Amino acid sequence: MAEKRKNGPHGPGGPGPRDFRKPKNAGRTISTLLGYVGKSKWLLGVVAVCLVLNVGCSIGGSYMLRPLINDCIIPGDYPRLARMLAVLAGIYVCAALLSYTYARIMVHVSQRTTHAIRQDLFAKMQRLPLSYFDTHTHGELMSRYTNDIETITEILNNGMISLISGGLTFIGVVAMMLYLSPALFLVSVFSMGLMMVVVMTVGRRSRRYFSAQQRDLGVINGYIEEMIEGQKVIKVFTHERAAKAGFDVRNEAYRRSAVNAQSFAGAMMPAMGNLSHINYALTCCAGALLSIAMGLDLGSLVVYLQYTRQFSQPISQMSQQVNNLLAAIAGAERVFEVMETAPEIDEGRVTLVRDGSGWAWKKPDGALVPLRGDVRFQDVVFRYVPEKAVLQGISLYAKPGQKIAFVGSTGAGKTTITNLINRFYEIESGLITYDGIDVRDIRKESLRRSLGIVLQDTHLFTGTVADNIRYGRLDATDEEVRAAAKLANADTFISHLPNGYDTWLTDDGGSLSQGERQLLAIARAAVADPPVLILDEATSSIDTRTEKLIERGMDRLMAGRTVFVIAHRLSTVRNAKAIMVLEQGEIIERGDHQELIDQQGKYYQLYTGQAELS
Amino acid sequence: MIKKLWPYTRGHRHFIVLGVLCSGGEAVFELLLPLVMADIVDTGIPAGDTAFILRKGLQMVLMALVSMALGIGSAFLSSRAGQGFGAQLRKAQYDHVQEYSFRNIEKFSTASLVTRLTSDCNMLQMSLMMGMRLLVRAPVMLVSALILAVSISLKLSRVFLVAMPLLLVMIALVIRYISPMFTAFQERTDDLNLVVQENLSAIRVVKSFVREDYEGKKFKKRNDALLEISEKAFGFIVINQPLMMLITYGTIIAVMWYGAPLVQAGDLEVGLLSTFFTYITQVLMSLMMVSMIMMMLTRAIACAKRVIEVLDEVPDIADTSADASLEAADGSVDFDHVYFKYNDTAGKWNLHDIDLHIKSGATVGIIGGTGSAKSTLVQLIPRLYEVQEGAVRVGGRPVQDYSLEHLRGAVSMVLQKNTLFSGSVRENLLWGDENATDMEIEAACEAACAWEFVSRMPRGLDTDLGQGGVNVSGGQKQRLCIARAILKKPKVLILDDSTSAVDTATDAKIRAAFREQLPDTTKIIIAQRIISVMDADLIVVLDDGHISGMGTHEELMESNEIYRDVYQSQQEGASLNG
Repeated sequence: MAEKRKNGPHGPGGPGPRDFRKPKNAGRTISTLLGYVGKSKWLLGVVAVCLVLNVGCSIGGSYMLRPLINDCIIPGDYPRLARMLAVLAGIYVCAALLSYTYARIMVHVSQRTTHAIRQDLFAKMQRLPLSYFDTHTHGELMSRYTNDIETITEILNNGMISLISGGLTFIGVVAMMLYLSPALFLVSVFSMGLMMVVVMTVGRRSRRYFSAQQRDLGVINGYIEEMIEGQKVIKVFTHERAAKAGFDVRNEAYRRSAVNAQSFAGAMMPAMGNLSHINYALTCCAGALLSIAMGLDLGSLVVYLQYTRQFSQPISQMSQQVNNLLAAIAGAERVFEVMETAPEIDEGRVTLVRDGSGWAWKKPDGALVPLRGDVRFQDVVFRYVPEKAVLQGISLYAKPGQKIAFVGSTGAGKTTITNLINRFYEIESGLITYDGIDVRDIRKESLRRSLGIVLQDTHLFTGTVADNIRYGRLDATDEEVRAAAKLANADTFISHLPNGYDTWLTDDGGSLSQGERQLLAIARAAVADPPVLILDEATSSIDTRTEKLIERGMDRLMAGRTVFVIAHRLSTVRNAKAIMVLEQGEIIERGDHQELIDQQGKYYQLYTGQAELS
Repeated sequence: MIKKLWPYTRGHRHFIVLGVLCSGGEAVFELLLPLVMADIVDTGIPAGDTAFILRKGLQMVLMALVSMALGIGSAFLSSRAGQGFGAQLRKAQYDHVQEYSFRNIEKFSTASLVTRLTSDCNMLQMSLMMGMRLLVRAPVMLVSALILAVSISLKLSRVFLVAMPLLLVMIALVIRYISPMFTAFQERTDDLNLVVQENLSAIRVVKSFVREDYEGKKFKKRNDALLEISEKAFGFIVINQPLMMLITYGTIIAVMWYGAPLVQAGDLEVGLLSTFFTYITQVLMSLMMVSMIMMMLTRAIACAKRVIEVLDEVPDIADTSADASLEAADGSVDFDHVYFKYNDTAGKWNLHDIDLHIKSGATVGIIGGTGSAKSTLVQLIPRLYEVQEGAVRVGGRPVQDYSLEHLRGAVSMVLQKNTLFSGSVRENLLWGDENATDMEIEAACEAACAWEFVSRMPRGLDTDLGQGGVNVSGGQKQRLCIARAILKKPKVLILDDSTSAVDTATDAKIRAAFREQLPDTTKIIIAQRIISVMDADLIVVLDDGHISGMGTHEELMESNEIYRDVYQSQQEGASLNG
């Protein structure tokens, strides 16, 4: 089921697309977000106090210019000038300290917050049912960690402060302006209106261009990814020219839309800045006229002009931050959506315990049932999507120590059956029992611990070879790891690696061959030493010698256990106790090898190579 | 580094020059405004000259409009320059990658090439754009503000002489300390993302082994490390602003202290004094911008290095000694004592003294274990790699004599790792021959046993395959790839283990079709199953880069032990899916 998921066009960490989608339920998202931020309540209180004081300092500092000019500089009162300058210096030092304090605290709060969100998101992701991963691409989920959380960090780090301090400054400045000269303020109101209009119109247009840019960026990135991945085929078919032509079209389309988007975004700053200059000029004129007509003092005029400069800043600052805020809320919403997804159901209370040398099920009442490996399906119906039943009424049983093989074409439901035993998915109706216990009553952790799985696709983690084997049982000693590798026939190739068991693997074990990777996967299952085993044989072609090694490794692993095997090789099937031939979610034939050959049915066709299987 | 990237601004340099002039001009105008204001305060108000004030006011508005026009012009020009540069750089990289040989491609991982062409390139175009807008402003502002300040009052300007170096030193220090922190920050972010990435792709393994908590701990370790460095880095950055503020305010206070006597003495007017304040704030603001941009540039430098690596990679296979008009006469293939290794410095040859001669039209099977260099051998025929010693000949002439286009047109190869591209079935098949008619496509599909399922698809040849051909099964994908290769009407057709997911009956049908429909084409087939090559004219057994045996099935059964072993093991363990 959908093992091969493509990554989005953006690698992790890269500057991803900015999402301009509006948040759906902003209120709830904000309150969840506040829940995270609120953990440092008293720190936030300090920030708020600092913020208010800081704005007060900067407005007050500017206001000090008036008495300085009117009462000290113009009359030439030096002692008073010295005193007032000392006060002013004090105010400024305070302002700097305050602004450092709240900025530093906010860094702490925002990093802690996103750290917590990331941790919770990851932990939550581990609890999600597999069906969730089937319906969401890796790229999509990765972008929760990269783009979405980044927007949250950004808004917490700078945005919130900018918004609040912008708002406070704006209010403060307006108040001071009104106090200094209500008449001049009329001029300011006029230009303020003008600025708002510019912000709104340019903003709206630039948003539209931005989404066009994002769309074209996605197209070009997708094209690059696909072509680079298929580069070898391009070479073999000397298809370079067509590949270049295809690129050129998309590259040009992206350039065009990006020019538009960036032009408008870039024009915002000079437009706003110079509008504020016009405002400054108008205020200056009006102030001068007022000063002549009504005797507005020089100090007031200079101070008022300083305020004029301070007042356009918060407007453009806030208009910028509103976009960031929306993006952050939308990002947070997507993150919380993942967190709010219903986790895997796990209300089972039967647990797996060691019972002397063997394993046993411990029921809630304390009764011990020895683990034997008896698995039964009764009329199991299952569907991935409501429209199509993948399994329709499967019944089967595996007695302890038996080897049950499933054969059938792709999509027949072989892998699905094994996915139901370890409860990767929930069945719709019917019953699956394990040693007579409904699997739904068994704690998932215990259930899965009792089952060893070798998947069709081997996945290796970045780390040493030993680490990867030890993934099967974390407390395995080096000797146990080596023994498992020997059992899986992996020891030979591992000892030929440059650093043996300590060889560092990266990139999903990219330096190893398919066969070697499979041997590691078998060793990993071997070290876990589970009572029941599920093997999904790999279809990928492996040379006969390695295949022999794998086969022997598998055989040793299977000895003495109940085994479910999805078989692609006759050798695996032939000595199975029972072979189930599946077609379209139903068992159409069952029996041992000889019986099925005698039946001359589907199995016979597969065996004689008359039907395709993969 | 800049020298390497500068050529890609070609065709957009007038935008750069004009854009830089615009943003410089904007900065100058911004500084002139307060001067006019000073005029109003110092001359207009004392004289009570309303007309003068209005005239000056109008002048200011006009200047602001000019400045706005320049600013918007700078935005428009810089986005054109930036995007134009980015588009050319991206194209240069992409086109260069098209020239890469297999060896070049393998040097970079696919993911890293994609990053270099996408986000790295975007970062650089963004840097040029922002650099043009903001980086020019600062020096222009600095210099003009100094000149203007000196012209207003030489004495007061000395304050600047103290403040500015102080500021510059501070910015330099901040950048020096911060950039290693950000490198570390980036590394730890990558680390964290790697854990998530691996967790996502191996989620079934995680769940099967009940390793959710273990993964959580693994993640927590990275997450904590990231928290630590980001608190440190961002915590350091926030010192920046208050320090700048302190310097700004300090300067303002100094200007007042030293300015007051000047005002008293009548050497300086109050309006000009306040102009000084404005300059101080403006200059410092633009310097602050510079420090922000510098941080962006340190990131851009890393990107530029990676991009240049792509551009500097020398394609190691080219048409230099080729005769452009030469085409392969027939499908004969000869290996004359060929030695080859992937890594020039490696001691061991991957292919060792291969001497193999294939007649045109023959069917050749190649058998051998993993690492026996089967794929390597056949990849030398279309010159996907260059041999170090000996010669590979196609149609009697060394492969280097042909242009790559003609050589690879004559030698068609189905790779082990097949790729289909997004688009319809037809679009994919047309890769083989862009002028193929539907009849020819159908014939090729028939030969590859692909027609039976293509004709049953809802929209036939026009069915969309989706990215990477996700809408077809493995066996179907392999057959489409074979059809695509046949459409080229090649003289040599190479199948590198290309029917592994196809059942034995279909496999046999495909081979029969080859015999009947492509009698003159040389067919070279790498296979795991002996049954796939049993009836070949010649079977080559490779072992660890050597030819261990050659001959027909019967001959090899007689003479070659490896062959016999493989045959016998396959007889008993015959495979269900072939």
